[in-house]
Amino acid sequence: MSSPSDQTRRTIILTALATAVHASAARSAAAEEDAPGSDLRPQKADVLVFAEGDHAGEVIKPQDLTPGGPFVRAWPKDPKTSVIRKGSRLNEVVVVKLDPAELDDDTRARSADGIVAYSVICSHAGCPITAWGKAAQGDKDVLKCVCHNSEFDPRQSAQVVFGPAPRRLAALPLAAADGSLTVIGTFIGKVGAQQGG
Amino acid sequence: MTMKQWLLSSFVASTCLFSITAIAGPIEKYTPVTADRLKNPEPGNWMLYRRTYDGQGYSPLDQINTSNVKDLVPVWTFSTGVIEGHEAPPIVNNGVMFVATPQGQVIALNAKTGDEYWRYKRQLPDDLFQLHPTNRGVGLWQDKLYLATTDDHVVALDAKTGKVLWDTKVQDYKKGQYLTLMPLIVDGKVIVGAAGGEFGVRGYIVAYDANNGKELWRTFTIPGPGEPGHETWSGDDWKTGGGSAWMTGNYDPDTRTIYWGTGNAAPWPGDTHPGDNLYTTSVLALDPDSGKIKTYFQYHQNDSWDWDEVDAPMLIDLHRDGRIFKSLIHPGRNAIFWVLERKPDSIKYVAGWPYVYTDVWKGIEPETGKPIVDPAHKPVIGKRVEFCPSLWGGKDWPSAAYSPKTRLVYIPANENFCGGFTGEKVPLVPGQLWLGTKPEDIGLKVRAGATHFGELQAWDPATGKKVWSHLFPRSHLFGSVTATAGDLIFVGGTNDRMFRAFHAKTGELLWEQKTNSGIMGMPVAYEVDGTQYIAIQSGWGVDAQRIQDALTTNNIGIENNVPQGGVVWVFALKK
Repeated sequence: MSSPSDQTRRTIILTALATAVHASAARSAAAEEDAPGSDLRPQKADVLVFAEGDHAGEVIKPQDLTPGGPFVRAWPKDPKTSVIRKGSRLNEVVVVKLDPAELDDDTRARSADGIVAYSVICSHAGCPITAWGKAAQGDKDVLKCVCHNSEFDPRQSAQVVFGPAPRRLAALPLAAADGSLTVIGTFIGKVGAQQGG
Repeated sequence: MTMKQWLLSSFVASTCLFSITAIAGPIEKYTPVTADRLKNPEPGNWMLYRRTYDGQGYSPLDQINTSNVKDLVPVWTFSTGVIEGHEAPPIVNNGVMFVATPQGQVIALNAKTGDEYWRYKRQLPDDLFQLHPTNRGVGLWQDKLYLATTDDHVVALDAKTGKVLWDTKVQDYKKGQYLTLMPLIVDGKVIVGAAGGEFGVRGYIVAYDANNGKELWRTFTIPGPGEPGHETWSGDDWKTGGGSAWMTGNYDPDTRTIYWGTGNAAPWPGDTHPGDNLYTTSVLALDPDSGKIKTYFQYHQNDSWDWDEVDAPMLIDLHRDGRIFKSLIHPGRNAIFWVLERKPDSIKYVAGWPYVYTDVWKGIEPETGKPIVDPAHKPVIGKRVEFCPSLWGGKDWPSAAYSPKTRLVYIPANENFCGGFTGEKVPLVPGQLWLGTKPEDIGLKVRAGATHFGELQAWDPATGKKVWSHLFPRSHLFGSVTATAGDLIFVGGTNDRMFRAFHAKTGELLWEQKTNSGIMGMPVAYEVDGTQYIAIQSGWGVDAQRIQDALTTNNIGIENNVPQGGVVWVFALKK
């Protein structure tokens, strides 16, 4: 294997930085995890906030996202109570900004001008989606679970394009309103891994 | 649908319904498992992980042998209904088979007919993160079974009905604690070891009372302040230093000593946890009554390669250098074939040599048995370091076997693989991966000019000579090996889905059968009503799949169509 490309290098540095900040955010927010509603799945009218990085906890605006990726990890937040719904890892999503022309019809309908959100939980064994990069088969960048190499195409309802995952990631429909991203419905599809037997 | 088809279907349906009600149900005749039966198992049974406490993976059955193995045919199969890595040996006690599968499932079957008695399904939590979705088998004691789960519980089941008798939480799965091993049963104690080295846990081995699930002792594999060995750590590194213990130990009933292997230090780059890091990458000798550490041997210091040494060493009476002694034999993940001498209060280095190519070790200190590291191939923070073998090692967790008839050790080895990664300092977030590198940065590289990857090897531990080897030019080898008195070596482990039998003395391939999936589990031999059977689970996944994905990414033309989904296969001689 060759040494990582500049792109990969940059991703590594960015992610490392993001993880570092996430750790302290996680500790300071321990109390929030017990707040009423924090373990509820994303609800209609929730906004999305950064789950990690320098801006952890801040509301994500469409212009915060890099066109074509990589994705950011986000928690839903109840705008009325200000509770961030980080009480369950099943609530976390990945948000990525794509060219609306690349999206299939179902995906475009759920997107906010090309911005799509999916559950971070891989449908195979419940690991988080942690990588964005070129597909094992094809040239497009895709969502990757590095636990067991499952890959999902965010342009096509996050359908499985590689690996052992049995089904697509659950999608979270979005709209852009008042300069922020708003959840306009509950998850479409099942969140979490398969159960055996 | 025509009337005839309809009638036929309804006939089949009602027959099936009748069959299910007639056959499924409690086991009426079950032989309780005692201390004596575990110490001296009947030749026809396979009740411990490697059949016997010495971990040799050897069956004394010889009805199936080198002269007739060509007539081996499937007699029944059974679908487990789940995907991912089926790593457990089918456990057999006097005609009853217990099969553990991924997702915490146990299936009780009639070992002769393949008919189901009962099935237990663990209800795993929705938010469980299964990095290793597998299970390596159920332990047996009296009329109970013991299952260790990926949501970090030990569950006792009634062997006759599959009903839960007790369920004990070991630790918190939300913090990356989980279990995949088959519990070791010693004198009414259920002993398990923690997985989670990749989540920054502090490893431990813990024993429960088989009757009620009460915790009896818990021994951390990393000593705390004031305990011997603590000085091999700096600062607070010991709290998150790994040393997980996720494979079943072996046991010497004569000295009442458990030999248990321990995992990598965490996170991976050695300069994040300076020191020798006891007792990571070691074998621990434990008192089964108290969990007290009697002695230990560390296979390498300051692990930096993710080289878990969790596969417990085999206990072999070894003829070497003109004497017979009680040895421990361990083909290490660190590429070294270890010959050690075990005494009640010490484990001494006798000999060691590389059994696959490695560029990490420059030699072994003859007095201490410490391998001498080449710093150029030791991963550190801030730069990419390459090393051979890869992080999966010369042999990962799949077991080697020993035949007391041939006095040879049979290793499912991987040759010509190297790896590398860039170390980085990352703070620990409980429940999240903590490798000290990016998972997507981990490389698997094939050495230039490699003629093969998987290699089934037969070594003479007395002389250090490789007696024979079988090469796999287009696949890695990732499955446990079993030897029988019929001078046969059974192994799966390749991406062509084959199950194979080799001549134990010559390495000649005598028989093979293509199965539904790839095999990464352990073959077993057993006997019911005078007929010998060979059983295996075929179900590819976890690290066999990971290596496969890495190989196909780098090597055009390597088979990547290894379908998942578990099936139990049972073979006997054609009548």
